[in-house]
Amino acid sequence: MTASMSQCLMQMVQTDYQIADYQSDITPRWCTGCGDNAILTAMQRLCRDEQLPPEKTVCVSGIGCASRLPHYMNAYGFHGIHGRALPIAEGIKIRRPDLSVFVTTGDGDCCSIGAAHWIHAVRYNMNMTMLLHDNNVYGLTKKQASPTSPKGLKSNTTPFGATLNPLNPLSVTLGISNVSFVAQVPDWIPELLYDVLSKAYHHKGFSFIRILQRCPNFMNHHFDAAVQDPLRVRMLTHADGLRLKPELSRIYKNQETHDPLDLNRAQALAMLDEEIPVGVLYSNPHVPCYDELRKGKRPSTPQLVETVLNEEFDKVGIWPEGQQATSNGE
Amino acid sequence: MTEYGMQTSSHDAPPNEERTALRKSPASGPAEVIQEHIVEIVSDSGEGAQRCGQSLASIAARSGHGIWTVEIIPAEIQPPHRSIAGASGNRVRMAAHKVTNVGDKADLVIAFNEQVLLSRLNANEIKPGATILIEEMWKCDKDPAVAENYEKVTAEVRSKGYKLFEIPMQTECQKYVPDPTKGKNMFVLGILCTIYSLDTALAEAQVRLTFAKKDQKIVDANLELLAAGQAWAAENLSVRYMIPAAPVVKPQIVTNGNAALALGVVASGMEVCSMYPITPATSASHYLSTIFEKVGCVVHQAEDEISAATFAIGASYAGKCAVTITSGPGLSLKQEAIGLAVMTEIPLVVIDVQRGGPSTGLPTKVEQGDMMSAMFGSHGDAPKVVMAVDSIEDCFYSVITARKIAETFNMVVVILSDAALSTAQQPFDRPEFNPDWLAPPVNQSAVPEDAHPYDWDERTGIATRFIPGQPNGMHCLTGLAHDRDSHVAYDPQINEEGLLNRSRKLAALQKTLRLAPVYGDEEGDLLLIGWGSTRGAIEEAVKIMRAKGHKVSSLHLKFIQPMAAGIDAVMKRFGKVMTIENNWNDPESDPLIDPSNRRYSHLAMLLRSRWLVDVDCWGNARGQPLKPAEIIEAAMAKLDDKKPTAGGQ
Repeated sequence: MTASMSQCLMQMVQTDYQIADYQSDITPRWCTGCGDNAILTAMQRLCRDEQLPPEKTVCVSGIGCASRLPHYMNAYGFHGIHGRALPIAEGIKIRRPDLSVFVTTGDGDCCSIGAAHWIHAVRYNMNMTMLLHDNNVYGLTKKQASPTSPKGLKSNTTPFGATLNPLNPLSVTLGISNVSFVAQVPDWIPELLYDVLSKAYHHKGFSFIRILQRCPNFMNHHFDAAVQDPLRVRMLTHADGLRLKPELSRIYKNQETHDPLDLNRAQALAMLDEEIPVGVLYSNPHVPCYDELRKGKRPSTPQLVETVLNEEFDKVGIWPEGQQATSNGE
Repeated sequence: MTEYGMQTSSHDAPPNEERTALRKSPASGPAEVIQEHIVEIVSDSGEGAQRCGQSLASIAARSGHGIWTVEIIPAEIQPPHRSIAGASGNRVRMAAHKVTNVGDKADLVIAFNEQVLLSRLNANEIKPGATILIEEMWKCDKDPAVAENYEKVTAEVRSKGYKLFEIPMQTECQKYVPDPTKGKNMFVLGILCTIYSLDTALAEAQVRLTFAKKDQKIVDANLELLAAGQAWAAENLSVRYMIPAAPVVKPQIVTNGNAALALGVVASGMEVCSMYPITPATSASHYLSTIFEKVGCVVHQAEDEISAATFAIGASYAGKCAVTITSGPGLSLKQEAIGLAVMTEIPLVVIDVQRGGPSTGLPTKVEQGDMMSAMFGSHGDAPKVVMAVDSIEDCFYSVITARKIAETFNMVVVILSDAALSTAQQPFDRPEFNPDWLAPPVNQSAVPEDAHPYDWDERTGIATRFIPGQPNGMHCLTGLAHDRDSHVAYDPQINEEGLLNRSRKLAALQKTLRLAPVYGDEEGDLLLIGWGSTRGAIEEAVKIMRAKGHKVSSLHLKFIQPMAAGIDAVMKRFGKVMTIENNWNDPESDPLIDPSNRRYSHLAMLLRSRWLVDVDCWGNARGQPLKPAEIIEAAMAKLDDKKPTAGGQ
């Protein structure tokens, strides 16, 4: 993985990436008013502020409205198959620590068809940032109930109302071994969306962000209560978590100082019924990362391969009379 | 996998000098010279018959014999003791010449109880009149039912004309170890070394190797048991055989198919293997796990088969081609991911160690049942390369070839092995490492400004892929239909452009393939066509038939998709053509079956549809490797235009 001289020079010259450098030549085709637009903007702003080289940035997704995001980023993108964004992202990261990896997924993609991968991705705790665009409904397939849909939701598959209580992505994630970063933020407060994304990006390990995302087409007014009544939002603030600017602090008066290392309190907050917790629920930078644990202790070179192969051949070798093992034979 | 416990010799062991004296003259009479023998060692699971068999095979191989071993495996880890279903052990075919398959029926069986012996007799795996050695402790068992069973089976064995020898394994081993259930296997190994006139020094060296990781006391105890077995056989048994050995002229290695696959992964330069445990594929990953980290690489045990495949795709996308190793049910689960790799043109090697199907099927047993699902298992038109390994050695080299094809053509390459090759052992020429086997470093150079991620070459269909990290190469891969810029496109013409180029790559690869030479004459009355692990058995059958004057030849296919050109020309030179496959086909003798509904074996179906030739097929799906004698019977029936008896269908 060597860069040519001219390439290095080019990179040195072009260190000042602008927002436009992360915008692909495709205009986003999400509906007007879709929360995904806000998420894309926050992503591009993060890349600009962190000056991530587009060629070193990889956005991975599954299937669904949210999973179209990589197409709109000028970066490397992998729009995969339904539910499998996380294992693809893990494969990318396992040998490429130099790449910044983002995973964008929806509530159907992550919490339903890809639920197994979600649980194990949290457990692997690889260095990457995951954005769960949770609009509580299947959008791309035209309004079916998702695992996070509220009970009673009338959809095309539940015309008489969804029968089950929704799955809670926050409490599920917080309950998985090796969880290291869990945050929640709505799409309608762009300032906070960016701040949480930035916290997640800087966290060492697997960062899980649940974004409450409005779907104007199929779940119009679903989040209105929280959008219109700031007291329904409980802001979790902390020196190691979210810090509210005065202008936001004036609007969102329902605040709680929450230590992101307090897992028990995080679980309690995740289970809040009437209020929406916003901010960093849990952040622990000391959880071991699978990609670091599995990092090769030495680079794979032809010499090394030859040596190891010969050692293995010697163990099961048969030699003509008089010849001996070449190395380490038994 | 037994090894005898911590105590060394017990008090009744003969003094050292006496044992040394015995070892000097292991054979009491002249040994009968034979060209080959098939030996089976069977016990309850956990009594060590497998280790005994593997050790016997290694000693024979080191002596210069051709060998082929097959494990006899119960499906459960701890099946009931003394049960027919629980027979566990090893079949070793030893010969004066190179051996390429499991062979026919066993010439000599050594059984640790009468129930496991019965299992082999019921399976019709033992030659009439064969020599049978059996542990005799059961005849005085406390439980009268056990003693009765023992008497019943041994009486039956005698009455059927087998040469039965009852061996006091337990009593003899008790002289050396407190718990003979752990240790009998080395006593038995000693017996077999005497019977087959094998070199004591080689046998001792093998025991040391087998227990290399154990305490010296354990090594010594097992050496003692080996010597005891040799001595007991020398004094009490009259059977002696001598298989002439050809001196080893080139360095060899002895591995099973799965170990060879794992070594092939290392030699191919792939750096990531992601897998999910599944029988009979997993032992390849077990072995790879012990060596892959030494070369700076990773075996990732994923949470399921789908993530094993998608993880490998992610790793391939970000650098060098990766591999996922599985078996039939896993291949089914991976199919959508395989389609993604096809569509995005990400190189991927998939190793499928086939087992009996459908569904959970016969997890530990062989079947060549996955050819069609490897070719067509993913929805839509998803062209991929499918190749089949036909020997242990081929397992090693095929992985190297597969990686190269995958990265040259940006394609999925499926390697079909099977349960027969997975545990079978065979010596082959020690590979000499070649740095060209490995993948070049990951390309991180800047992409030219005017290049597109899918700049399909008109002649080959190949596009140079852009790898993350390459400046100017940013694009979004997608499983959706896409244009040369990797932009989502539903335009009919663009969709067909992608289909054409992905398909064209197979044709381009096909132009580079050469058909394997015909085994036997280039023309004749009957051509047998096979693929995969059946090669050795088919060619042995052809050899025997040709020696008797029959005009039979065989052709063995390495590449299933694409298939080398020229098969039609070969087929035309034979009066009849029949595939030999270890999978299901509808028997023509079934009253419901007629030409309008007969379901053929996989390869026969392919050849018929491509060449419009009336290719017949013979095979079975009994979970056992095909045997030369069965193939001869089927081929003779075909020659004589009789309906074959269809090998037990």
